[in-house]
Amino acid sequence: MSEEVGTSRRRWLGLTAALGAGLTGCKRSTPEAGSGPSLLGKPVSAYGERSTFETAARALPDTRTPETAASRTPLQDSCGILTPSALHYERHHAGVPRIDPAGHRLLIHGMVDRPLIFTMDEIRRLPAVSRIHFLECSGNSSGEWGEKTGRNAAQSHGLASCSEWTGVPLSLLLAEAGVQKRARWLMVEGADACKMQRSLPLEKAMNDALAAWGQNGEALRPEQGYPLRLLVPGWEGNISVKWLRRIMAVEEPYMVRDETSHYTDLMPDGTARVFTFMMEAKSLITFPSGGQKLAGPGYCQITGLAWSGRGRIERVEVSTDDGRTWRDASLQEPRLRMAFTRFYFPWNWDGKEAVLQSRSIDETGYVQPTKEALVAVRGLNSQYHYNGIKVWKVLADGSVSNA
Amino acid sequence: MRSLVILLAAGALCAQSPKYGVGRTPSPEEIRQLDISIAPDGTGLPQGSGTAAAGREVYANRCAQCHGEKGEGRDSVALAGGQGTLKNPKPLRTVGSYWPYATTIWDYVNRAMPFKNPGMLSRDQVYAVTAYVLFLNGIVGENDVMDARSLPKVRMPNRNGFVADPRPDVKR
Repeated sequence: MSEEVGTSRRRWLGLTAALGAGLTGCKRSTPEAGSGPSLLGKPVSAYGERSTFETAARALPDTRTPETAASRTPLQDSCGILTPSALHYERHHAGVPRIDPAGHRLLIHGMVDRPLIFTMDEIRRLPAVSRIHFLECSGNSSGEWGEKTGRNAAQSHGLASCSEWTGVPLSLLLAEAGVQKRARWLMVEGADACKMQRSLPLEKAMNDALAAWGQNGEALRPEQGYPLRLLVPGWEGNISVKWLRRIMAVEEPYMVRDETSHYTDLMPDGTARVFTFMMEAKSLITFPSGGQKLAGPGYCQITGLAWSGRGRIERVEVSTDDGRTWRDASLQEPRLRMAFTRFYFPWNWDGKEAVLQSRSIDETGYVQPTKEALVAVRGLNSQYHYNGIKVWKVLADGSVSNA
Repeated sequence: MRSLVILLAAGALCAQSPKYGVGRTPSPEEIRQLDISIAPDGTGLPQGSGTAAAGREVYANRCAQCHGEKGEGRDSVALAGGQGTLKNPKPLRTVGSYWPYATTIWDYVNRAMPFKNPGMLSRDQVYAVTAYVLFLNGIVGENDVMDARSLPKVRMPNRNGFVADPRPDVKR
């Protein structure tokens, strides 16, 4: 009997915690007992849709060329570690192609013993694995270098999302083709209008890259590379080439547009860093965050996301007093390598102005830096790979701004 | 000794042989059609040629609307100017001030331009428009012929401007 009570109590606590983590945050409404629907509901349906009361949406850019643009994941509305496929950020360089999987092919050639061409049916016959990984555009948070920082989580950090990806290890496909000893790099290319192309170090490709066809339990979305994409864990999103159609083994990188003109980091001395693939440890408080409003003083659980391209998140520290003191947040399991990790931090808001920040530490001991520390080394023009601590300010009226 | 060598060779072959046998061997023609990559040493550049003089009209018709009459940029990025600005508070990154290899222009124009109709330019037109963008930057002369031999030899001003990734580089 007492055990049963304990179980239901734990369940109740779990339920309220889940509610607290949701959109409403500190505002908590108690459902009226017995007020369930009395009218007959909707019949079953072939492909589900979210509640019409839910409005979380990707933030769209104001641009005359939306085909080469980005949409941002509304991280402020997120819970858990997975991003719904429909809300995964987008960055396209020549629009989203419409590809019939029956006609799609993947060619592997160059410095290989056996050039091979695969149909999608053939790729799906090969042993697959599923892994949860974040993807982040290296241009994520690029606005944070300047004075006008992102006013909400989507604007500041929304070019990052996390999914379960299913596909064939690239190492398996490359072994089938027999990569020759002198090869060091792969040219990887998409089937979009600009034939997006990058040079990928062979070592990383053999280590943990996937030729992925599945995302979050179904086929990839067209915006995510349907029917086949590369997934290069922990590295800048652009190298995870979508609509993957060709892999060529070569000795040296080809220095293509998107690894010279773009995706290089300009330093104060006028030199630019090239092949800056790694996405270093980062974190973000998603509640309370910019644009949200606390209903009033009292208990308010802070939550957010942390991730690192170098592996697992070991710690997240939170400060609620403008950086004077820092305390450990609790980390929601599972903490997966190169995946979002959800953190929680208990907080009693006293109704006064408060400055909230989080910083993450990964398994290599790397500590997420402040903006000042980043700028001191890299100046203001490196554009990519911003991973400084994000600051939110809670004002006395409960509204949250980008400080 | 010889048998050992044969044994080792056989072992290497075994390690290299396909495990699943899925997929088929593409024909050389299939590979040729798909392989459009151009290396900095010119590997992959096709026959054909063009000059800036010939590229002026192609540029005016197909590029200027987004990149500006003189490559100054309009709806899209600037292609010309900016040399010597990379250390400035507001650096201007263009083909002339930033790009390390001229072959990259040919490759990107060929695979991705014009933005709304990629693939519509002939090989000669791609050479010509590449020459014109280099000419706008003062890197080649108006009548210099760009082809598979000359283009990889073009010396770009920022050729030595790129360095390896030193991260982690920031201490908190």
